[in-house]
Amino acid sequence: MPKILAVDDSASMRQMVTFTLKGAGFEVEEAADGQQALAKAKQGSFDLVLSDVNMPVMDGIQLVKELRTLSEYKFTPILMLTTESAGDKKMEGKQAGATGWIVKPFNPDQLLNTIKKVLG
Amino acid sequence: MSIDLSQFHQVFFEESFEGLDSMEEGLLDLNPDDFDVETINTIFRAAHSIKGGAGTFGFQVVAEFTHVVETLLDEIRAGSRTLEAPHIDLLLRSVDCLREIMNSLQDGEEPDMSLADELKVSFEAVLAGETPAEAEIPEEPPALSPDQPSNGYWAIYFKPDADVLRTGNEPVRMFRELESLGAFKAEAVVCDIPELGQLDPESCYLAWNLTVEGGSRAEVDEVFEWVIDESELSIRWVDGTSETSVTSTDTASDSVVQSADGVVTEDTETSAGDNTPYEIVPEAPVLGAPVLDAAVAEESIGNDDVANAASPEAGAATPEPQKAVVSAEENSSGDAKPAKKSTAKSSETTSIRVGIDKIDSLINMVGELVITQSMLGQLGSSFDMDKLVRLQEGLAQLEHNTRELQESVMRIRMLPISFCFSRFPRLVRDLSKQMNKKIDLVLLGENTELDKTVMEKIGDPMVHLIRNSLDHGIEMPEERTAAGKPETGTITLNAFHQGGNIVIQIIDDGKGLDRDRILSKAVERGLISESDRLSDDQINELIFHPGFSTADKISDISGRGVGMDVVRRNIQELNGSVEVESTPGEGSTFTIRLPLTLAILDGQLVRVGKEVFILPLVSIIESLQVDLGMINNVGGQSEVLRLRDEYVPIVKLHELLNVEPDNYELENGLLVVVEADNSKVGLFVDDLLAQQQVVIKSLEQNYQRVEGISGATILGDGKVALIVDISGVLKMASQNNGRLKNKDHQAA
Repeated sequence: MPKILAVDDSASMRQMVTFTLKGAGFEVEEAADGQQALAKAKQGSFDLVLSDVNMPVMDGIQLVKELRTLSEYKFTPILMLTTESAGDKKMEGKQAGATGWIVKPFNPDQLLNTIKKVLG
Repeated sequence: MSIDLSQFHQVFFEESFEGLDSMEEGLLDLNPDDFDVETINTIFRAAHSIKGGAGTFGFQVVAEFTHVVETLLDEIRAGSRTLEAPHIDLLLRSVDCLREIMNSLQDGEEPDMSLADELKVSFEAVLAGETPAEAEIPEEPPALSPDQPSNGYWAIYFKPDADVLRTGNEPVRMFRELESLGAFKAEAVVCDIPELGQLDPESCYLAWNLTVEGGSRAEVDEVFEWVIDESELSIRWVDGTSETSVTSTDTASDSVVQSADGVVTEDTETSAGDNTPYEIVPEAPVLGAPVLDAAVAEESIGNDDVANAASPEAGAATPEPQKAVVSAEENSSGDAKPAKKSTAKSSETTSIRVGIDKIDSLINMVGELVITQSMLGQLGSSFDMDKLVRLQEGLAQLEHNTRELQESVMRIRMLPISFCFSRFPRLVRDLSKQMNKKIDLVLLGENTELDKTVMEKIGDPMVHLIRNSLDHGIEMPEERTAAGKPETGTITLNAFHQGGNIVIQIIDDGKGLDRDRILSKAVERGLISESDRLSDDQINELIFHPGFSTADKISDISGRGVGMDVVRRNIQELNGSVEVESTPGEGSTFTIRLPLTLAILDGQLVRVGKEVFILPLVSIIESLQVDLGMINNVGGQSEVLRLRDEYVPIVKLHELLNVEPDNYELENGLLVVVEADNSKVGLFVDDLLAQQQVVIKSLEQNYQRVEGISGATILGDGKVALIVDISGVLKMASQNNGRLKNKDHQAA
């Protein structure tokens, strides 16, 4: 079963994401900021990382950059949760090496559809 | 799959309120001329999270309003707009407004959006010149409306960027998606693959010609959404009549594309990152004294806003005064109820964040308890008398474990008092602005911990005392200058532990209490007579009398129909006390003392007949055997005890609580002298038993309120014992014996 790392500084969003993904049979770990996520990513192995952009300590963009320097996350899909429809964050994320994005607000079904796309 | 999102609402509300608190704290720290960009980032993140969550959980009104707030913050953050003082005011007002809205939503009510709409207009005026971005509305997944006849196919040429794999975008995944739209065929274009020597195994040199029989243009576009900017991509519709239609349904992609997975080298890096599932408590504020410069008066806020801003738990109901002992006329301040529109409700949270160290120590304790239990279990299974010593050792260990465990569990509910202090900078800022006074607020001892339940109840009395210091204590700037003081006054909040209590002080460097005015007022109200000679402390004490107010005019700030008497009563209900010290011209200090927790009490067990009662140890002054020479009869009815140089009324507990005692005569029993509300009384009991810590259980919740009893507990032998409410007993006794006077008598 694919393992997913969900990173968001908002506990309610994390809960919603985790609940949705676990309900669909995925294994999920949570992290509240980029730094925590990076530590968990190094300890475990994840098939997908879902990360918010704006977070304290280390933001989502920096997290993507850091993950991409690790050989085991070179090709791992990383999706950004973003509300920025302006596109600048999307571009920044892509330049950092993010796979794609999910535009907030999203509902559980949209989340699952996107994730199933990525994980097949 | 449908998921009920409402299960996450509670968490969303809690973190939103936390977010609003941190926004407020950050905004109060902002100084337009010199601010830390990290502060702006923190404020922005909080607003951003609230907006995101609100959109996700279906609170569109919040999302829309927060959007404008976020836009302004984002511009300031990005440096495209210079921060000005009016921005801070506007943002603070929107924090208040959001709090109100969230409160309504949390209570399941329709929020009042009038203020939000008003603020939105202000925001848009500030943002003018920019087209305000539209509030985002969740994108509906595109409807299945193929914009092409059903016989035909999409012909796609796709050449991804060489780095496509490094962003985790596997072409295979996109092919799989296309396959789900209809019959799919892929043909790899391999002409760009370099010589082996130059080949970078992590780059993608392939391009593809793809055909898909089905799907709408939007669906096809969506497949390439994340890579379209970096790829060569052409998508065109080929009508089925002009070409042979594609029928192959097996996917060729897997054989054509080398999945990059095989290239990954295993690298075993470990790190000492923590893997704990608990929430970590946010970093406590740094010890020290952040000084808030509240003297940034630029534009005045309307009174309504101040009223709303002044107390976050707006409109906390004025506690109903119990039967006043003194027949006070109506408050001089008039029973002016603050004009508040929000409903009174206690903002008690239902969950608590606990530091990981506390959890760890708890787990350790439980581990030790389990070991002790198994040791005792072994002893019990084959016990003979020569193991008695070991049994006693084991029991001593069990006692030790239990006490430690109890302490640790209690510690879970302890929070730093900064949770309570954090709302005051705002209060002081707004009120000083309104009164044109200049005031610094200094917070000390913010990390002092106390029980969450005590903290929730101490907020209101503190708000009142701070208002009082602001209104009556600190002088106007010109008055201060004239008196040779710095024109900016200082209010200091200080918290520290002292014995088993927490002490909170509200210190101002204002003009101090005006004793002459207090005296004349007290005489005027008949609280004292002209001839009474009172010490300074006794004069200060008078301000806690019901209905006593020295305010000349009803000010918006402290003339709220709530006097110091209510403050004192609220604090006494928590088994605490409040005192005032004051030096004319130099300021006043209000000192609140509170027990650290409401759940445990050091008790003195006493026996009356067959019943055991518990007296709170803190209220006991001394216990003595009665010498009949010390007893005087007053008016033939009630007896008083002469204790050194005062007379203490005697209350027979068995009469009051209606139980059968061993002794009806004073000389055979014992007197326990207790004190509450500045009165002493001697309680007559049969015997003193042990002193022990007892866990308080509410009588009200399990049975009903009983006069003179504050609660109950369960003793070691399983019996229930009632805890005597000393101030309640005093009230009952005074009703029985007429007024209890507690003036110092010179014993003849």
